[in-house]
Amino acid sequence: MIRAFTLCCVLILTLVGPAAAGTPPQAAPKPPTNDDCLACHGDAGAVRGDGRSVAVKPEVFGASIHGAGGVACIDCHADLAKAAEFPHPEKLAPAQCASCHDTAVAAYDTGVHAQARRTSGNLTAATCADCHGSHDIKPSADPDSRTHHLRLIETCGRCHGNEEIIKRGKIAIGNVVDLFRDSIHGKALIKSGLSVAPTCSDCHGNHDIRRKSDPTSRVFRKSIPDTCSKCHTGVGRLYWESVHGTQVAKGSPLAPVCTSCHTAHDIRRSDVEGWKLEVIKECGTCHEQSLNTYRDTFHGQVTALGYSRVASCADCHGSHHIFPKADARSTVAPANVVTTCKKCHFGATASFAKYDPHGDPENHARNPFLFYTSKFMKMLLFGVFAFFGIHTGLWFARGMQVKTAGRMRRRKGQDSGEDGE
Amino acid sequence: MSGETATSAITHTHYRRFDRADRILHGCLMFSFLGLAFTGLPLLFSHEVWAARLARLFGGFDAAGTIHRLCAVVMISVFVTHLSRLARRLFGQKDLSILWGPSSMVPQPADFFELIGHLRWFIGLGPQPKFDHFTYWEKFDYWAVFWGMGIIGGSGLVLWFPEVFAHLLPGWVFNIAMLIHGEEALLAVGFIFTIHFFNGHLRPEKFPMDSVIFTGRVTVDEMEEERPAELERLTRAGRIDEYVSASAPSWVYRVGRSVGAVAVTLGLIMVALILFAVLR
Repeated sequence: MIRAFTLCCVLILTLVGPAAAGTPPQAAPKPPTNDDCLACHGDAGAVRGDGRSVAVKPEVFGASIHGAGGVACIDCHADLAKAAEFPHPEKLAPAQCASCHDTAVAAYDTGVHAQARRTSGNLTAATCADCHGSHDIKPSADPDSRTHHLRLIETCGRCHGNEEIIKRGKIAIGNVVDLFRDSIHGKALIKSGLSVAPTCSDCHGNHDIRRKSDPTSRVFRKSIPDTCSKCHTGVGRLYWESVHGTQVAKGSPLAPVCTSCHTAHDIRRSDVEGWKLEVIKECGTCHEQSLNTYRDTFHGQVTALGYSRVASCADCHGSHHIFPKADARSTVAPANVVTTCKKCHFGATASFAKYDPHGDPENHARNPFLFYTSKFMKMLLFGVFAFFGIHTGLWFARGMQVKTAGRMRRRKGQDSGEDGE
Repeated sequence: MSGETATSAITHTHYRRFDRADRILHGCLMFSFLGLAFTGLPLLFSHEVWAARLARLFGGFDAAGTIHRLCAVVMISVFVTHLSRLARRLFGQKDLSILWGPSSMVPQPADFFELIGHLRWFIGLGPQPKFDHFTYWEKFDYWAVFWGMGIIGGSGLVLWFPEVFAHLLPGWVFNIAMLIHGEEALLAVGFIFTIHFFNGHLRPEKFPMDSVIFTGRVTVDEMEEERPAELERLTRAGRIDEYVSASAPSWVYRVGRSVGAVAVTLGLIMVALILFAVLR
């Protein structure tokens, strides 16, 4: 503190001294050079009045893209170019990134972070420096950069993986970084260091990140298939042809997009048992009746028990290329169904394929024989249990009565026997 | 009083009821039935937590399926052995008594009257009927299992080899096979583990257990109380001596009681699990 104070005094004397010594007062003050600034801020102990550090490490700034590119302090801290007195006032205008990066800042202004700051005064929302840093900014291509592909997750995670900030900033989606870390994308990115694995910005964009409710957002419902298709091109094409894709294209608010089944941040490998079993429920959120009838079949029972070796929805219907049964492209269309059964049941024939994998004992029109068999079985079960339930109940009551009577008779007999002796 | 003491002194005298083959067959039936129930019901109640645990206990769905099929083979073998023994008696020994009369399982008018009489006795309207070798509820047990063998066994085989049966039957039969396999299994399990256990073991006269199916013998007392008509018939025919036998060795009683206790306990646990699932 004392050292800083002395330093400031020295600086004041150096700057003010010559002026006092008779330099013409009418000349405009010469803007400070980076060295001028670093004369104070280059000291590791430089602090503001309230004790917060204002130190800038010269070597860090020198290694940054701005330092290496010869950008002057006053290019960002523009109000200091005209400052006449040093030390300058503590309160300065924020660094003006827009003076060079106007397109990036314009994009940022349309995004959720700027919007949060602007409309709800939520100052927790990120500004340029929160993601890029300040004096140590490096180009995204640099592996040490905060915005490098492999490091971005940490940068976004400073807020989106921090429970306290999530609470303070009222971030509705919650801790997505934890979900992402365990996802197939997260593992590829973080564990395997794959540069082709997507990071936050690949789906959300970078400066113009928008809410999913915003129709111009990359993660708006209808835009999600296109966002995913940037990498999953083949799947994207199949999807847009499918019954779900065509419905979404027509504006259906219910038909699923990628995230409906795969989730957004928690995406898992599709060959993992847990996912294969859970996605069945996902289909069932819309296809409720089909899920119920599926659960009554051997396939449905085995998957409900937690084993994925038997057929689930996608095994018969396909996943991205699903069509209604009436469509000739459908895997369950009459012309294709035997081939579909044969994927598991190698000996399947047309007769075999007459099995109804969604047989419904309640549906007389669809499964008449099953309907009557079910009625018969229900009556049989009811009849047998009702008759023998009553039979057993009566027998039990009578049996107990006889047993207690017998016991009492024996006791009486014993008592009289003792009396006799 | 003195008369009772005198009879209890000679309770070592027994009458033969089941021969060794019958007892062994029943043992195999019991064992395979429990195996089938415990590996099959998890599928029927697959949405229950206990079902998943039970399936895992058997080593997962694949292993449980294998055990289920092995038990099915044992049970079908028991059924075939029983049928061939009947055939031998009928065609080999020309023993027509299995078709009609007191030693036959075929339901007869007497069974109907005994049922009515028994129901009247339950509500105190008459004396207990005098039963002979097979009572009406024993016959019901027998035919329930017989019918169940056909229905569950048949549908089970269809479901085991669907590709083969698809050559003979249209595929929608598998839907029906699946339905009746499950419903009939529920009926069989529910019936055996409640009604049959009650009739055989848990009713007040027998509680906690009747070991006749393990020892093959009943005491003179039991014969007098439960099957007076049979005792009278055999005595009058002068054939009662053919059935007199010594008590079974004590280890047979011990083993029988243990096996029976385990089976009854397992069965009642299964009933509790089913009730938990159905009533919840």
